[in-house]
Amino acid sequence: MILDVAGLGVRLSGLDILHGVSFSVPPSGVTALVGRNGAGKTTTLRALMGLSPYSGSASFDGSVLSGRPDQRVLAGIGYVPEDRCVFAGLTVLENLRLAERGRPDHDLVYGLFPELRDRGEQKAGSLSGGQQQMLSLARVLQNTNRLLLVDEPTKGLAPRVVTSVAAVLERVAASVPILLVEQNLAVVRRLASSALVLSGGRVAWTGGADDLLDDADLTKSLLGVGH
Amino acid sequence: MATVVLLAVTGLGLAALYFLVASGLSLVFGLADVLNFAHGLFLSAGAYVTWWASSWVALEVALLLGVAAGVLAGVVVELVLIRPLYSRTIEQVLVTVGLSLAGVALLQAVFGADPRPFPRPSWAAGVVPVLGARIPVDRFVLIIAAALVFLGLMAFLRYTRYGLIVRAGVENREMVSALGIDVRKAFTLVFAIGGGAAALAGALAGIHFSTVSPATGSSLLIFAFIVVVIGGMGSVPGSALAAVLVGLLQQFVNYYGTSGAGDVCVVALLAAVLLWRPKGLAAS
Repeated sequence: MILDVAGLGVRLSGLDILHGVSFSVPPSGVTALVGRNGAGKTTTLRALMGLSPYSGSASFDGSVLSGRPDQRVLAGIGYVPEDRCVFAGLTVLENLRLAERGRPDHDLVYGLFPELRDRGEQKAGSLSGGQQQMLSLARVLQNTNRLLLVDEPTKGLAPRVVTSVAAVLERVAASVPILLVEQNLAVVRRLASSALVLSGGRVAWTGGADDLLDDADLTKSLLGVGH
Repeated sequence: MATVVLLAVTGLGLAALYFLVASGLSLVFGLADVLNFAHGLFLSAGAYVTWWASSWVALEVALLLGVAAGVLAGVVVELVLIRPLYSRTIEQVLVTVGLSLAGVALLQAVFGADPRPFPRPSWAAGVVPVLGARIPVDRFVLIIAAALVFLGLMAFLRYTRYGLIVRAGVENREMVSALGIDVRKAFTLVFAIGGGAAALAGALAGIHFSTVSPATGSSLLIFAFIVVVIGGMGSVPGSALAAVLVGLLQQFVNYYGTSGAGDVCVVALLAAVLLWRPKGLAAS
């Protein structure tokens, strides 16, 4: 396993958000982290990145995962946050330059997102939601990563853009394992081989993604949606 | 006409001092979220080191030593006192207020509470006729120094990697860290820059007022805070614009109104900006 999480607990503003969450991420493919709103999905990723204080432990590729967020990134974990978080006042090129580590693969990024090359001098804040998501992904994908934590990359995007983003992640997942928080079950079905369902800050179910999605009753009871 | 020109240039000179103090304060708050009430201490460090060293070396060299003292003070304060307290806002305020009070007390204990005469170099002495007004040269020294610092800061922010980190960190510090950047180095750097700029303001204030006293730092710091809020946290151009507005407003109202009315108008301007643009003039 590339990531082993044991007893992850997060308490924020006096409220317990995660209660001893344990799971593993295999060294290849996409693991979907799903659940209803407020289940603790984003908090799980933030804790793993060191952005939220937590109890419990996690090991990344056999080593204890600890330290500041930047140290975790340097260890090989790429993080694509919820809501893109591009730097609105910086240009596209500046956003990319800021995130560069070692020898960034510009060809890969511009191959995946040719639009970004044409908009290099444009302020990121003036990009569309889809373009901002591309930039958010590109910032991370230009570097060498051993694991990607990707938080709701298709949130609020038009269907055509959702398809593009899913295609990019599918291509990336061929070489880098991804822990993917995603509400769009069609995207989960397309990308994920395994799934983990959080409910009320606890692990409610783990197994194959198809096993979850093919069972309408299970999906409805865990996620509150039919499909 | 001559009076208006004199008031305008004097107001711009005052604005230059405000900008030198406010620019660092603004960057520190914008990036590190630290409300540094000890910033006036950097100014005092610059003023007193320049004053002390000018007895031994040329004033120009003493001024460089004063700026170096401000840079050192900024770095030491960040590393020793602020770094352990990031994300603990109340403690930061208590520590910086305490340091500010202790610093003034220390200066009074060592140099006395009375103002000391500050040397004026030949290049800052005399007057220059401009449109019928006789303008003291030291006003132009202040304005030129502030303009050079402004251009230097803008070049740093625009063309260097650390400038890029600072600009991004002002927007979203957490995300900078989540991209693999040790943002703490940038914190130390902005404290160093802020300390240096404030120390330069301290030395130039000594030349301008012809005296140095332990209270100089705190009196200029109050208006620097107002400039930071009016200009927008973390914005160097915003601080420059706000400093010019505050400096000119103070000078003109104090002259054409009653003495002290300028300060009241500055506070009124602050209130108006907070109501109209709560994030400051530079907010997008």
